Amino acid sequence: MSATLEKGINAFKRQIDSSVASFFSSCVHCGLCAEACLFYTETGDPKRTPINKTEPLRRIWKSEYTLFGRVGKMLGLTKKVDDKLLEEWQELVYDSCTLCGRCSMVCPVGNDIALMIRKTREGMAAAGQAPEGLIGATNRSVTIGSPMGVKWPALRAQIRHVEEDSGLKIPVDVEDVEYMLLLSSMEIMNFPEFIEAVAKIFDKAGVTWTISSEAFEATNSGIQIGVSDIAAELVQRIVDVADKLRVKTVISPECGHAYMAIRWDGPNLVGKPFNFKVRHILEVMDELRQQDRLKVATKESQKLTYHDPCQISRRGGVIDEPRRLIDMISDDFVEMPDGGKMNWCCGAGGGVSANERADEIRLKVFERKKAQLDEVKPDAIISACSNCRIHLEDGLEEYNMEIPLLSLTETIAEHLAED
Amino acid sequence: MTEIELLSWARGPGLQIATVIFVAGVVIRIFEIFMLGRKANLAEAKGGEMSGGLKTMITRTIPDRTTFKRSSVTIVSGYIFHIGLFIVCFLSAPHILFLKDIIGFGWPSLPTPVIDAFAVVTIIAMLATLVNRLTNKVMRYLTNFEDLLTWFITFLPLVTGYLAFHRIGMTAPTLLAVHILSVELLLIIFPFTKLMHAFTLFIARWYNGAISGYRGVAS
Repeated sequence: MSATLEKGINAFKRQIDSSVASFFSSCVHCGLCAEACLFYTETGDPKRTPINKTEPLRRIWKSEYTLFGRVGKMLGLTKKVDDKLLEEWQELVYDSCTLCGRCSMVCPVGNDIALMIRKTREGMAAAGQAPEGLIGATNRSVTIGSPMGVKWPALRAQIRHVEEDSGLKIPVDVEDVEYMLLLSSMEIMNFPEFIEAVAKIFDKAGVTWTISSEAFEATNSGIQIGVSDIAAELVQRIVDVADKLRVKTVISPECGHAYMAIRWDGPNLVGKPFNFKVRHILEVMDELRQQDRLKVATKESQKLTYHDPCQISRRGGVIDEPRRLIDMISDDFVEMPDGGKMNWCCGAGGGVSANERADEIRLKVFERKKAQLDEVKPDAIISACSNCRIHLEDGLEEYNMEIPLLSLTETIAEHLAED
Repeated sequence: MTEIELLSWARGPGLQIATVIFVAGVVIRIFEIFMLGRKANLAEAKGGEMSGGLKTMITRTIPDRTTFKRSSVTIVSGYIFHIGLFIVCFLSAPHILFLKDIIGFGWPSLPTPVIDAFAVVTIIAMLATLVNRLTNKVMRYLTNFEDLLTWFITFLPLVTGYLAFHRIGMTAPTLLAVHILSVELLLIIFPFTKLMHAFTLFIARWYNGAISGYRGVAS
């Protein structure tokens, strides 16, 4: 066995706990998870059935953690995990799964299949079986601080533009404030309007906040590729700065997996609870709304629908907040079929968008989103994840659909009451 | 060995051996799962782990609308055969009497014609699950030897029970002996196959509901 493969197998082993063991013990091969997965429904390829993507992890569980499997292993009867298997599974584990977790909601025996696939990635990555695109993004995150290679001078330049455009001061490295805002590279480079929107909302609400020049990146490639050590290091950078600045709450921006990384995985990755709270920008705005500190003067006149980013809604628990916020600015809101916790993924999460090899299938599975949109026929789509947003725009263009995409934070900012 | 000797072996030592393997096997399998442990969640909770887990243990029995529409054959045939199997197993008078002998107490049974009808329906539903397994693209891809073996060994007691009840083909003691032996076979392979899901699905559902519930999502 090669050293890398051994590393991979040890990483698989570290992923097995009582939840995983109960999941594998319960699977009856009913195939229901396939019908919950857009990578199956839109390709019709049975090997993309969610539970099948966990096969390498299953083999390790079976041969190492069950009595029967251990006996089988001694007799040489169990199926082995080797480089060939992992090579073959790369495309299933990384290119054909966004970790959206819809399968986890329908499995009749209750398997959290998305979690099992996430864990499978840990072994795959350790065995050197991750896609080039994700390896590149992860390396840039570690060395530069951003998967897209965005450094502080780039953000500083964007902040200056925003300050000139809005006439508002963007606080940087301020201590003892209520909130510290994180950003995704995507927002910094493609949607700096987001920073302006937050600045306007916070200015009107009178909250104290800051952006850190040392740790501003919210995304976490370590989570997507499945390397917990790197994921932990990226989280720790934020923790150190938040503690240094003594902020009360760290805000995750409009990015799905960033929220998962810092809100739900973060403390578990670094091994201790945070000294601060973590909230998604939607939760922060909803809190301000409740406190009467977020008021709008006007409304959207067009028919709106909301695309639930998987890691924010189904996997993150922020489902009602965006709906209450949209209610403030719209009288013509229509839910997509399956909207809310059962919404269909856009097709680009979980590192799929950072993996060029998956470009074709990413656009193919967009047909599921297209079918949802065809039923609703909205004038515009609102969402709260810049990765979803970029991909939705891509997909809409691919299928010749002209529906504008709006950020919920930016749209709220446009309708703010003057005083 | 005469047929009476076969029947008494099946009812006596045979059943004891099978029961010991079944109980010990199930206990070992469940112990194997819990022994692995699971790290406590250090993130600030948005909802309850225990309440979410308990809720999903029950709610996951009902599929969501879209899933039902997309997989209706699998769901309907699965439902009928599970419910039918439960009724035929635990609500038929001879079974209750048999169990009363062992555990010391009984419960009301359903009328014989009702049980008989359920047996036929369950046999048909099980045949439907097999056809579905062999024709549905996804299920065919996932199916391995164990899936077919467990199907067959679950099907056997149903058919042998039906034949024994109607005394078809052989003498009554032989039919009964074959029926009991088929149940013993089921008990023996149970802990080592996916039949374990009958127990572990509640653990799995609890974890699923707990993971989601902690984040404030009802799964």
